[in-house]
Amino acid sequence: MPLVKIRDLHFYRGNRAIFDGVNIDIHRGKITAIMGPSGTGKTTLLSLIGGQLRPDKGTIEVDGQNVHTLSHSELYALRKRMGMLFQSGALLTDINVFDNVAFPIREHTKLPETMVRDLVLMKLQSVGLRCARNLMPSELSGGMARRVALARAVTLDPMMIMYDEPFTGQDPISMGTLVNLIHRMNDAMGLTSVIVSHDVAETAEIADYIYLLSGGKVIEKGSPEQLKRSSSQWVQQFMQGLPDGPVPFHYPGTDFADDLLNGEVSA
Amino acid sequence: MIDTIRSLGRWGLSVFERLGRGHLLLLAILRGVPELFLRFSLVIQQLFSVGVHSVLIILISGLFVGMVLGLQGYNTLVDFGAEESLGVLVALSLVRELGPVVSALLFAGRAGSALTAEIGLMKSTEQLSGMEMMAVDPVRRVLAPRFLAGFISMPLLAAIFSAVGVFGGFLVGHGLLGVDDGAFWSQMQAKTDWYEDVLNGVIKSIVFGFVVTWIALFEGYDATPTSEGVGRATTRTVVHSAFAILGLDFVLTALMFGDV
Repeated sequence: MPLVKIRDLHFYRGNRAIFDGVNIDIHRGKITAIMGPSGTGKTTLLSLIGGQLRPDKGTIEVDGQNVHTLSHSELYALRKRMGMLFQSGALLTDINVFDNVAFPIREHTKLPETMVRDLVLMKLQSVGLRCARNLMPSELSGGMARRVALARAVTLDPMMIMYDEPFTGQDPISMGTLVNLIHRMNDAMGLTSVIVSHDVAETAEIADYIYLLSGGKVIEKGSPEQLKRSSSQWVQQFMQGLPDGPVPFHYPGTDFADDLLNGEVSA
Repeated sequence: MIDTIRSLGRWGLSVFERLGRGHLLLLAILRGVPELFLRFSLVIQQLFSVGVHSVLIILISGLFVGMVLGLQGYNTLVDFGAEESLGVLVALSLVRELGPVVSALLFAGRAGSALTAEIGLMKSTEQLSGMEMMAVDPVRRVLAPRFLAGFISMPLLAAIFSAVGVFGGFLVGHGLLGVDDGAFWSQMQAKTDWYEDVLNGVIKSIVFGFVVTWIALFEGYDATPTSEGVGRATTRTVVHSAFAILGLDFVLTALMFGDV
């Protein structure tokens, strides 16, 4: 049975359908990637799974519980078993790295400070930032902030972790570090990982299964190898990053030559 | 014509929608207040940033307002040979009216705007969403302690404002203009009533503290999560707080002193 089961998901912003009948299964212990062009609602999907948004139709079950029929306290109890890594890191800016990682432990447990310290140092050691524990979030690079956020997301040993665009805007070294960390964490801690991304190469490197979303629907799904072999031109354009194809390079409109010769001159 | 009516209707609906959201947020905050007594350290931190950081502006403003009252009051009273009542004039003006109102306006400008900007930025940098996903309710963890801190700070700041103002009035009245110090203090003590004047002033400042902190927190929490949105929310906090303070001041004054 999948850990996350999404059935017939519909979600609208105004009149625009972000999801129009999406079905997704996220299996335990696997790394599942949700990919698609910008603006396809990948981050929205994570917010829906986390119960921060409510679908207009359809169900989302996490570990057998329908997220959107839970009471406030049941939802918060479920969230203790879910970690989320935001694109920005979402670190609390007025406390240092150590206190950020200690934050969920202090909020949800009554462990003595000596044990909190040991736990935090273990988590920071696993992301390679144990000696950066006294730095403030403003002193961290983007990649370091995401690693701290990753340490914080796994402090309560969740069953699953959701990554929102973990590779965006990273230099090659930080990118490599993050790819390696996500893979290692998933295997070492027996996590279930959901990665939302449009960085094809990095995501395909570690994902067990990929869903490609576009226009509110799942366009294609399968293992990275299956997707690379897909006969769909759209999938090929996305996976290979081709500038032109079914998704045109040019914004639709009149013919260029026609526009040059006969177009109106604006003042 | 139809367009005007339509946009008026849309504006009215959005105002009521915001009012509704504001009240729902207030309810959620109030529900989180009781558990704060078990974690009072959170409130103490906020008392420091909301209250203690506002003390300086309150001290300086209170002193000058009191000094101006002393000067203006003396010039009026001396025509009637009643300059010895300067203490009463200064004290009643401050305790009944200027203390709660001016300190609340200053509080809205200093602490209210800071609260809105802080909460708005926490929202725009996904810190509040991050907390939600860590199963920590941001309303209870972030907003409720700030609300309680604002609610406690405001009457204390108004009291400091009034006390310093009276001292400012005394400095000018006695030190500069030569009003008898015995008459200044004794008349003030004789004519200032604990319940009628002081307590009513305290009630006003409690109400202002409640409303200003509520407005500031709501504007921050409801802000559009962009730098422009946070800027607009901060401005709205100051403007709406000023309207609320002055409007409520009239209502409260009418209720308290209307029959005099």
